[in-house]
Amino acid sequence: MHKIKTTVTIKDIQNDIIEEFSMFDDWMQRYEYMIELGKSLPLIDDQYKTDENIIKGCQSKVWVHAEMKDDKVVFTADSDAIITKGIIAILIRVFSNQTPKAIIEADTGFIDDIGLKEHLSPTRANGLVSMIKQIKMYAIAYQTQLN
Amino acid sequence: MLDVTVIRKDFPILSRKVNGKPLVYLDNAATSQTPQQVIDVIVNYYSNYNANIHRGVHTLSQEATDKYEEARKKIQTHFNAEKAHEIIFTSGTTHSINLVANGFASLLKSDDEVIVSALEHHSNIVPWQMLCEKTGATLKVIPMNEKGELVMSDYANLLSNKTKLVFVNHISNALGVINPIEDIIEKAHKVGAAVLVDGAQACPHIKPNVQQLDVDFYVASAHKMCGPTGVGMLYGKEKWLNKLPPYQGGGEMIAEVTFEKTTYADLPHKFEAGTPNICGGIAFGAAIDYMNAIGFDNIATYENELLAYATKKLLDIEGLRIYGNSKHKTSVISFNIGNVHPYDIGSIVDKLGVAVRTGHHCAQPIMDFYKIPGTVRASFAFYNTFEEVDVFVDAVKKASQMLT
Repeated sequence: MHKIKTTVTIKDIQNDIIEEFSMFDDWMQRYEYMIELGKSLPLIDDQYKTDENIIKGCQSKVWVHAEMKDDKVVFTADSDAIITKGIIAILIRVFSNQTPKAIIEADTGFIDDIGLKEHLSPTRANGLVSMIKQIKMYAIAYQTQLN
Repeated sequence: MLDVTVIRKDFPILSRKVNGKPLVYLDNAATSQTPQQVIDVIVNYYSNYNANIHRGVHTLSQEATDKYEEARKKIQTHFNAEKAHEIIFTSGTTHSINLVANGFASLLKSDDEVIVSALEHHSNIVPWQMLCEKTGATLKVIPMNEKGELVMSDYANLLSNKTKLVFVNHISNALGVINPIEDIIEKAHKVGAAVLVDGAQACPHIKPNVQQLDVDFYVASAHKMCGPTGVGMLYGKEKWLNKLPPYQGGGEMIAEVTFEKTTYADLPHKFEAGTPNICGGIAFGAAIDYMNAIGFDNIATYENELLAYATKKLLDIEGLRIYGNSKHKTSVISFNIGNVHPYDIGSIVDKLGVAVRTGHHCAQPIMDFYKIPGTVRASFAFYNTFEEVDVFVDAVKKASQMLT
């Protein structure tokens, strides 16, 4: 008997994204795609764009909100910079709607594979590194509640 | 006249590529590049006479001490200080400011007032806030107008016999506006207040004359004027430096030590505890030589041409707004395009090989004044070219197309 796959894993989504990005020839196409992602998606409910949810980078601001739905963590987020927002859209696609355990165990190495590594450098100070930390912190907090 | 083709050959870094494109370095207000002449001095120091200074009787120590003190004299001459011991070596502008702020903590009383300008870098705000917290003195702010100029009539009203200190930058790092420091100093002295001028942004462009300015303290960093990072200077009038207590305790700054009492060394050693950045100090002197050989008049003329050319070309871009429109400016352009975030523009132009600064430039009060998250800042040096301005403007246009 083989096991029926019921959920899409973080690894699957990351592989999908890597495949999508492999179609782009150069950085400009990648950036145009991210700008599109950043422009098109409403990423967070305005009521959650509070000071409490803000991550202040030196450069751009990032808001992150988390809530538990069934056994999954749902993330919504936003940024005032469009490229940062595009990367947030990718991160949300990877981490949202996953179990706390899966989020804790996941890595973000795929960002290197899609040529956006520089945006996740701590020295870039755009709030994204702190955002990933925050996502992990929420997952740890929810996991603790489940235990 | 300045021959930029010849000058560029002095800077090895300017021929490297970034993201496959020739580097266009327009972040000179953050740090300037280093010419081979200065790099050679650094290599020569570590290759030939690296030794601790002031205490050794051996030859190497003597050579290093001579070169280090020679550098102090070069700085003295450059800034036209009356005495060499009025020049204190520090780790940079921030260290210099903290040294003075710390010293004033023992001189201020709770009903005293200190004045700072609205155009300051955080490094010229935070130490004074800390000083005021410690002493109970009140911090007052000279406001700025829409053009990025200080409102001098308000400054006159802030001054009183309670004012003990005024702190202002010579040139704003975020906007490039030149402040009327002569006037600021003269008015402060009339009420008996001392003035500290932060020259970090001015020294790459102009040659300040501290005696003519009659300024009490003037501070600068080597790395913004073709020297290495981690070294800078504090000029202080002898009478003020004698009044201030030492900043740090340690070797070098003492005359005599027993467990009962320590007497401090004379100026400048009183403020130079521990082993200093010897190589950095010597290289600072070499950087000053290098810039003087080109000539500050030549530098100013050329940079003003670059500024005018870049300003005109940028303003052709739809929705582009320049912050800091004073007539008195150095070669810095701080701008935004419509509501596009500066981070987005900076990220795209970097891909095209252009290095600019984005963000609040450690001057959040200025950004709050304009109600913006930050700006894109291009800052030009005498080794930048008109062709580089073209590449930069095209990169900004490309970013604008992609983002709007």
